Amino acid sequence: MNKIEVRNFSFFYGDFRALKNLNLPIRKNKITALIGPSGCGKSTFLRSLNRMNDTISGTRAEGEMLMDGKNIYDPDVDVVELRQRVGMVFQRPNPFPQSIFDNVAFGPRVLSTASNGDLDQIVQESLERAALWNDVKHRLTDSAFALNPGQQQRLCIARAIAVKPEVILMDEPASALDPVATLKIEELMRVLAVDYTIVVVTHNMQQAARVSHFTGFFWLGELVEFGVTSDLFSNPQKELTESYITGRRG
Amino acid sequence: MTTANQAGPQHQARRRWGEWLIENTVRLAGVSTILIVALIFLFLLKEGIPTFLDIPLRQLFSGRWYPIESLYGILPLLVGSLLVTIGAVIIAVPLGLTVAIYLGEFAPSWLREFLKPLIEILAGIPSIVLGFLGWVVLAPLIQNLGASTGLTAFTGSLILAYMALPTIISISEDALYAVPKEYRDGALAIGATEWQTIWRVVLPAARSGLVIAVMLGVGRAIGETMAVLMVTGNAANIPKLGAGMFFQPVRTMTATIAAEMGEVAQGSLHYSTLFGIGIILFLITFAINSVASRVVGVQGSRRRGGQL
Ligand SMILES: Nc1ncnc2c1ncn2[C@@H]1O[C@H](COP(=O)(O)OP(=O)(O)OP(=O)(O)O)[C@@H](O)[C@H]1O
Ligand SMILES: [Mg+2]
Repeated sequence: MNKIEVRNFSFFYGDFRALKNLNLPIRKNKITALIGPSGCGKSTFLRSLNRMNDTISGTRAEGEMLMDGKNIYDPDVDVVELRQRVGMVFQRPNPFPQSIFDNVAFGPRVLSTASNGDLDQIVQESLERAALWNDVKHRLTDSAFALNPGQQQRLCIARAIAVKPEVILMDEPASALDPVATLKIEELMRVLAVDYTIVVVTHNMQQAARVSHFTGFFWLGELVEFGVTSDLFSNPQKELTESYITGRRG
Repeated sequence: MTTANQAGPQHQARRRWGEWLIENTVRLAGVSTILIVALIFLFLLKEGIPTFLDIPLRQLFSGRWYPIESLYGILPLLVGSLLVTIGAVIIAVPLGLTVAIYLGEFAPSWLREFLKPLIEILAGIPSIVLGFLGWVVLAPLIQNLGASTGLTAFTGSLILAYMALPTIISISEDALYAVPKEYRDGALAIGATEWQTIWRVVLPAARSGLVIAVMLGVGRAIGETMAVLMVTGNAANIPKLGAGMFFQPVRTMTATIAAEMGEVAQGSLHYSTLFGIGIILFLITFAINSVASRVVGVQGSRRRGGQL
């Protein structure tokens, strides 16, 4: 089943067309990986899915992104509500300069989805789901900056799932982390995919192959190939895809 | 072996001597600055201490300031300074922060580029000019509002607020600007509104800079003399407690020193009392600065990842 259906989608920074007429499905409760060389538009595409690109002036989108059948670029869509349904984890861990607890509680607080008693519960649940609870349960009031980068990234994941989104976008979530922390994040993604639809951008082809169910290969703003991950890596249909994944290009 | 290490002993000696010279010049500059500040403070103490020895504390903090009759109660002056400053803070801080938030977060960039230098120029207007404006323009306005005179604590507060505003706006805007974009993106991506992002993430992250902005702005207000001397009416009495408090003439500590220093005989009790007022002013400023740097310090250690 498709959670999101992208149809003839293009994106412009001023006159520059960064995404060209994309068509692809994002499957529900699956992990979709986006690969491609630097500057090919992976982040732009990801940030289109929760309309974070709206914060950049002079940008414009064309085409449709249907989430549960509803175009998220329709004028009557509430962007704030959309972003609650489509959470995001950034390339560099970006916890707020606040306590661990306050970081996770941020979403429920601003959305006032929880009373105070529930808040403790939500924070604990979210941290547990992000595999961080055991590391931090005795120091919830410590600054988030006291955590190491891998923990900070898991804190950001906990912060994102605390508002119970439907989709989680991850932009190279492990690129700033060491191999052990990276494996932990990948493990976490597999667990989260049971309840969430995940779209992850990665530079790392092994990571895409290891963790994702579907893979899209981007090249200069176009989607060259999209398919089941194992098929795409073992039997790419396009020559461009093959030369990229075998490391001959990019 | 690099060639640089093989320079002759003569060259090395010269270099060492140059190092010595520079190091000691810098040290001399630093030490002499500290020394001068210390000397000024000692002078202030020496001239002002008799105040606290010769005048019983009870009388010093009483409500009558009539130097001609040897009545040296500085309470009216303290209250006057307090009223004018508090009034200025109440006006300038919310206004300044609001303008900074507007400029930093909402205004289109061309407007910010245009307004920011303009606001910084405002800071350069000499205070005597502002005092004059206050006297000619503000005071009649306030009298028309129903006060018995236009020269009131409130008039002084307005002028001081005006003087503090450019500093507060400019430095707060810098502080907001320095907040990393990642924090804003993080908050927006969770589904916070723009205002929630500012209120719950950007402002707390910029807190130390904002405190500094307010302190520098208020610091200018507390020490200000001429403009206040001109527009507050210079009546050394304690205004009656109540809402009308701000709309009565007062006299501040700084204005008292400025107005009376020319007339006193050097070495007289009146003379040393004026220095005594200076000491009290110094202590107040010092206390405010310490509180401020503590607030900023807490924030600093938090940045480095310490306990909250
Ligand atoms: N804010 C912006 N303004 C103008 N052009 C932009 C902006 N952000 C990205 N671009 C351009 O859009 C294109 C796609 O950028 P994007 O960041 O989406 O690539 P990416 O695939 O994520 O690259 P990387 O792997 O390096 O992160 C690039 O040519 C880039 O220069
Ligand atoms: Mg990118």
